[in-house]
Amino acid sequence: MRIVREYAPAALVLAAGLSLWEAIVYLFSIEFYLLPAPHVIVQSLGENYPFLVEAGLYTFTEAVVGFALGCGGGMLAAMVASSSPGFAGLVLPYAVASASVPIVALAPLAIVWFGVEQGSKIAIVVLLTFFPTFVATTRGLLGVTPQSLELMRSYAASERQIFFKIRLPHSLPMIFIALRACATLAMIGAVVSEFFGGPVKSLGVYIKSTASLFQTREAWSAILVACALGLLLYFAVVLAERLAMPWHFERHEG
Amino acid sequence: MASPIIELDRVAKTFENRARATEALAAVSLSVEGGEFVSIIGPSGCGKSSLLRVVGDLVEPSAGTVRVNGKSARQARLDRDYGIVFQTPVLYEWRTVLENVELPLEVAGRPRAERLQRPRELLRLVGLDDFAGHYPWQLSGGMQQRVSIARALALNPSILLMDEPFGALDEMTRERLNQELLQVCAETAATALFVTHSIAEAVFLSSRIVVMSARPGRIDRIVTVDLPRPRGDKTRALPRFFELVTEVRQSLR
Repeated sequence: MRIVREYAPAALVLAAGLSLWEAIVYLFSIEFYLLPAPHVIVQSLGENYPFLVEAGLYTFTEAVVGFALGCGGGMLAAMVASSSPGFAGLVLPYAVASASVPIVALAPLAIVWFGVEQGSKIAIVVLLTFFPTFVATTRGLLGVTPQSLELMRSYAASERQIFFKIRLPHSLPMIFIALRACATLAMIGAVVSEFFGGPVKSLGVYIKSTASLFQTREAWSAILVACALGLLLYFAVVLAERLAMPWHFERHEG
Repeated sequence: MASPIIELDRVAKTFENRARATEALAAVSLSVEGGEFVSIIGPSGCGKSSLLRVVGDLVEPSAGTVRVNGKSARQARLDRDYGIVFQTPVLYEWRTVLENVELPLEVAGRPRAERLQRPRELLRLVGLDDFAGHYPWQLSGGMQQRVSIARALALNPSILLMDEPFGALDEMTRERLNQELLQVCAETAATALFVTHSIAEAVFLSSRIVVMSARPGRIDRIVTVDLPRPRGDKTRALPRFFELVTEVRQSLR
């Protein structure tokens, strides 16, 4: 019952949105190659199912591997950097500034460096996700209040204890905000990188080639798959967040 | 006469900043006997907190010596002789009330049996045994500060260092906690060093009140509080209570 109450409004909005889309396409007789109606896209999804699964897995693998390497590397680098606050203060501004660098613009170069296969896409996703995670983790680890540290000092705690009992749990909320953002970035990064070249059986290449042939039905069905996979990664992060910080959710939902 | 538990000998502290040096403490000497409750009162920025931090080995003195339980302050800290309470409760939001109180025992690597039992006893002592499983944010400010006191007592410290622990609480809560704190100190036989802004609070709690003057902080006067114990609501109505309040107030001018 609770699940129905919680998700019913969202489901209704989705249904209303899709109906409106159908209605607009029908009422204004919009050409199918400009904007296909939802039921046409679903139809195409059914027809192309085996191919889309294969292409989706190919792209999803890039996103997930890049996400794991980028975020994992970002966290590890932050742990190293935060052991010397002076050094962290030195590199942090650059890491923050990297958010304004259009990293996807490097995608064509990544192909030169890492080849046209998954390597170049993974490299882009790693670059996209590394810096936000690094910044959030460093800020979290160093953002502990001085009193917290003084208390631990009065217990004669070791650096290791301070790290695992105070710094790490304190930074978890910030880390997960970054991970959520990176989950979205990872899928975008993988698809967009494929626009610059890749094997035929990948979502990005498929979207690009079908769209350029005005096969918009097919393009839309692949976009739909990309959306679903992006959401899948995002909700996997949300699930991990709930498991890692039960206290956090008790507070924000209780 | 018993040897003092805390002994400060011409302790000075200067904070070096980029541009200038701030002299927080200038040649402070003080000795505190076991079981005493000593309050430190004075204008803002008179080095009260610095004095507390020097005793607790949270900052190093620039000059002078600190002896605690016959050891250096550093050794006393490593021996976990201190329990500290700050103005803010500094509870960890990812730990329940019980787990917060357990933290010092965990850090000290105490046996499991003690880690299970001691926090419960301490929560009972501060009247929060029903809230063991709550998270800090579910508690009022006064309750959070009681948890913080229970945590400070976890390792059975011989010395309690408290930096305006009730400064952020309303008057009624503060008076109730003052009463509780006296009971806690009586039961644990801990020596207390207590920084406060409130004259009435200092008179009610202390055996002696150290009045400090501003920048550089030095001890102006020490007022001995000869109010009978145990103290309670009646203490606050005694003529002697008002005399002492007046005496401290005048010393602060």
